[in-house]
Amino acid sequence: MTMPAKLAWPALAVVALVLILAPVDLTGVGIPYPGLKRYGTYIMTLWLVTAIAAMGVNLIVGYAGLETLAQAAFLGIGAYVTALMVKAGLPFGAAFAASGAAAFVVGIVLGFPALRVRKHYLAFVTLAFSVLAWLVFRNEQWLTGGVMGLTDINRPSLFGMSLRRHVNFYWFVLAITAVLTFVLWWIVRSPWGRAFTALRENPIRAESLGIDVRLYTLLAFAIGSAYGGLAGSLYAPLVEFIDPNPFALGPSLLFMLMVVVGGAGRFAGPFVGAAVAVLLPEWLRFAEGFYLLIYAVLVMVMMAFCPTGILGLLERLWAPRRRPFADQKASLLGEAKP
Amino acid sequence: MTAVLEVRDVAKSFGGVHAVQGVSFDVHEGEILGIIGPNGSGKSTLFNCILGQLTPTRGEVRIDGKSVTGLRPSELNRLGISRTFQLLQVFPQLTVRENLILAGQEHQGSRLGRLFGARDAGLGAAADRMIDFFRLGHLARENAGGLSYGQQKLLDAAMAFMAGPRLVLLDEPAGGVNLTMLANLKERLQAINSETRATFVVIEHNMEFVMSLCSRIIVLAEGRIIAEGAPDAVRRDPLVIEAYLGH
Repeated sequence: MTMPAKLAWPALAVVALVLILAPVDLTGVGIPYPGLKRYGTYIMTLWLVTAIAAMGVNLIVGYAGLETLAQAAFLGIGAYVTALMVKAGLPFGAAFAASGAAAFVVGIVLGFPALRVRKHYLAFVTLAFSVLAWLVFRNEQWLTGGVMGLTDINRPSLFGMSLRRHVNFYWFVLAITAVLTFVLWWIVRSPWGRAFTALRENPIRAESLGIDVRLYTLLAFAIGSAYGGLAGSLYAPLVEFIDPNPFALGPSLLFMLMVVVGGAGRFAGPFVGAAVAVLLPEWLRFAEGFYLLIYAVLVMVMMAFCPTGILGLLERLWAPRRRPFADQKASLLGEAKP
Repeated sequence: MTAVLEVRDVAKSFGGVHAVQGVSFDVHEGEILGIIGPNGSGKSTLFNCILGQLTPTRGEVRIDGKSVTGLRPSELNRLGISRTFQLLQVFPQLTVRENLILAGQEHQGSRLGRLFGARDAGLGAAADRMIDFFRLGHLARENAGGLSYGQQKLLDAAMAFMAGPRLVLLDEPAGGVNLTMLANLKERLQAINSETRATFVVIEHNMEFVMSLCSRIIVLAEGRIIAEGAPDAVRRDPLVIEAYLGH
């Protein structure tokens, strides 16, 4: 969402402070906030992990204008690579890097069809990959444990401090999320980000301006998929047990939903979308048996009335205050719109 | 004079439709060549064959004497060849300034260097100069999609010059532009041509515009060159009058 620059940093600082203090009991310092309990902290961690994967989808879909219905498969690649490496006694840092690298390489491979097909054809190619990956997770029992999955995935230690406690692991994931968010922010505001946007808006014109559309397409897929892999690497020690189900086609569709609901091509969109997908169902639990029904209706209404996502809706509400300058000038010059 | 662009016997067919049929011509350094002809005469297809958007069925395209046939548009752009399209091709959700920076950024340093370098790829000042040159200063921070058609045409042309090209192919730059903006566009193109010695090839239907801008005209009809010469000579050519200009 567009926000005046002078407000952006203070707002970010407030959000960071709220996130850091979310699991802390502040009643001792006179603030009536008891802090998140164990399950609340777990859900917040899951939200952050989900947002990392959704950021990758946002790069591919929102910025570069491509399609992917395979992000859960990359989450799975990252989760299984990390689980296998950690269980083999390798350090989590190496497993984390390997998960990102594996997803990056597979993402490049998946990007090749995008050089030939676009839109729903591309979506179907990624959908097929998603199913293929799920079959590998389920059937290659010798490696993945099949439907029984992999258990006892230990949480790492950091400088000798165990991250076994939920709150410690939450802060660890929060720090990694902050770093990955900064990296993606850097990418999308760099000339690379401008090239990704050009890819989305007009690939033919982009190519004529010297932008190697093929390379940037592969890069978008590789970086976006790597974010899926890195999220998977955090997901495995978060849940401490993985099986193929969270990496099936359904969750991949959910990642696409998150990006669309949050606001595709808007930087904060994945965080909002992941909140809708992960946190909103928890907040609706007071409705007991009806919460999934209410959730489904909310998503349908949102899509019908604000297809640009929640951040797009907020931008629309903000927009009437700043009438586009170009339109005023156009009318003054007697210029007609095409 | 050196031929910057050499087109040799270029032909392009789409199934049974022979859009371009063995076209050959040279364009020399600093020249402004016009290509005119009725709709469907193969002008834009010829452009697309020269610029790598289409692969010619036969023939060869050379830049500075070297064959570039089959090179991709991005590769040709990096050799200093730029273009505009018949239909508007700006990036609507980027600002005018961002459009211009985008148009030049791939010529700035290495790709990895651009990732870690300045956000404007060191092109901020150049973009501002181009904005002033094309008199778009009051619109610099507006999204291109919010501009009027004529303003977008100016931006489209300005983008073609951001990388300092040696050869620019302009496909109907005057189409849909009002008279005031048209005069502005022509003046700007002439100024760039005289200042940088850049070579232009212009497809255009606006006879006043093309005849006053170009030093030589090629007339295409049914995929073939039917006349070539100075604007006045072409205007009087009976074949051209019959096929295109009318009586």
